[in-house]
Amino acid sequence: MASTLAAEAAEPAPSRARRIVPPAAIFLILALLPVVAALARQQYLVDLATRVMVYAVAAVALDLLVGYGGLISFGHAAFIGLGAYAVGILSAHGIGDALIALPTAIIAAMLFAWLTGIVCLRTKGVYFIMITLAFGQMIFFVATSLAPYGGDNGLTIAARNTVAGFALMKSDRGFYYVTLVCLLATYLFCRALVASRFGRVLRGGKQNATRMATIGFTIRRFQLVAYIITGGLGGLSGFLLANSAEFVSPAYMSWQQSGELIVMVILGGLGTLHGAIIGTAVYLVAEEWLSGITENWQVIFGPLLVLAVLFARGGLLGLGSTLRQRLSEGGGNG
Amino acid sequence: MAEPLLHLQGLCKNFGSLVVTDDVTLDVHAGEMHALIGPNGAGKTTLINQMSGLIAPDAGTVVFAGDDITALPPQTRALRGMSRTFQISSILPGFPVVENVALAVQARSGSSFRFFGDAAAEPALNIPAMAALEAAGIADRANARAGELSHGEKRALELAIALAMRPRLLLLDEPMAGIGRDETERLVNLLLGLKGQLTMILVEHDMAAVFALADRISVLIRGRLLTTGSPAQVRADPQVVAAYLGEQME
Repeated sequence: MASTLAAEAAEPAPSRARRIVPPAAIFLILALLPVVAALARQQYLVDLATRVMVYAVAAVALDLLVGYGGLISFGHAAFIGLGAYAVGILSAHGIGDALIALPTAIIAAMLFAWLTGIVCLRTKGVYFIMITLAFGQMIFFVATSLAPYGGDNGLTIAARNTVAGFALMKSDRGFYYVTLVCLLATYLFCRALVASRFGRVLRGGKQNATRMATIGFTIRRFQLVAYIITGGLGGLSGFLLANSAEFVSPAYMSWQQSGELIVMVILGGLGTLHGAIIGTAVYLVAEEWLSGITENWQVIFGPLLVLAVLFARGGLLGLGSTLRQRLSEGGGNG
Repeated sequence: MAEPLLHLQGLCKNFGSLVVTDDVTLDVHAGEMHALIGPNGAGKTTLINQMSGLIAPDAGTVVFAGDDITALPPQTRALRGMSRTFQISSILPGFPVVENVALAVQARSGSSFRFFGDAAAEPALNIPAMAALEAAGIADRANARAGELSHGEKRALELAIALAMRPRLLLLDEPMAGIGRDETERLVNLLLGLKGQLTMILVEHDMAAVFALADRISVLIRGRLLTTGSPAQVRADPQVVAAYLGEQME
């Protein structure tokens, strides 16, 4: 009894450090990476990290929905695609400034999330997965049939968006830091959201929906707002993706892409937010590295993923804390 | 006679061919402690679920404070002043104990569509939550994870959640189930202290507790309301003794 009391009393301090140190370290590494890459003359690192951060924006948002809301959305790529197409279509009409393209990307994605969310959230569990997948595929096929905007082949963007007339994102390093700021803002926003009144209701709904209803919450309204927010952040990710690639393709919103995002979030550790960044990095770096070894890199990555899910419940972050616990328990016994 | 706080009119519910609520008409008056007793499978929990809105009746109406609430979902009933505990503790296991209760306060304190500010640090939510935990006797466990509480503590937490909602009507579904004698005694005293302040409906198998607490008792057998009366009347009713109390007393 005394030991459990001591453990409870000792809990807050390390957990506070654990809440601040890892995400701070992640962002510090990301902030310094271009400098290191320049010194080491490894420019491809900047490109790779940009890709990681672009997808991490969407993955962090997806973690909000899956990890905190308990809603497994299999159509998250649709929001990325909508954001990307907003940039592409506006650019095709000569509108190339982020002041217009960015709000359009986010609002288009939020609107789609709102309209589909109303329907999707009438279902639960596996049906929710299937219906989000169905809506995702719907928008995918709309994009492939958009003949004026490239259809199947996609759409090349003339130049990256300017920001209020400034070519802030023109250089790869400039774009890198814009993306980093977007990721940091997304992370901090989601983190505030999770701790807020709204976030607490969302988390409560994941744990026990009946209890939440009987104390007076209409959980579905909170889930819908979370779905819309997640959609908007997916739109932001799409905005960045279109600008980084200077190209838009229906492939951005394929269901495989939605699946990869879920893998990224689960790999890093659900319900941690910064775990989603780690998961995205590990996934994309592994893809890069393994595809250098063999074209069929999934053959290697698949089994690794199975092992990660089997032995690292709670993702890579969970693995870290399990190891730490084992070590400290071992130290206590010995 | 004043209008009852809760009025059930001709409530019926079947699960397939099984009749679980059979034309139940019942009045619960403001301020009374009304016990609902009967053998296992009599449909007591199903009746409570129809009061709190988790199950829709096949026929009949539920009238609360003069309004027909039959079609209202549980969350609306909760906000109108109905709170309940569950036979099997229904809590948020991953949340700290105090946040379980603070959420109940939050539901009736301003908008919950606030996206910034740490909800766990809001004194306006935590102070009433602590008061409810104090009343339920588990304030010392406020910072523990709710899932780590003992069975008895979980029962107390459920009661704290229900009390934090400041209900007009409190539905208690077997609050003494599976808890020790000391805890039962403490709970009986706690409920005695609440008597008169709010209206309560108590489903319970512990007959000592029921007869110590109830102003009136309704007996439910196979979904049918056998009788409603004072504890003395019910105890003396030969039908009740034959159908239920007999086996309980021996």
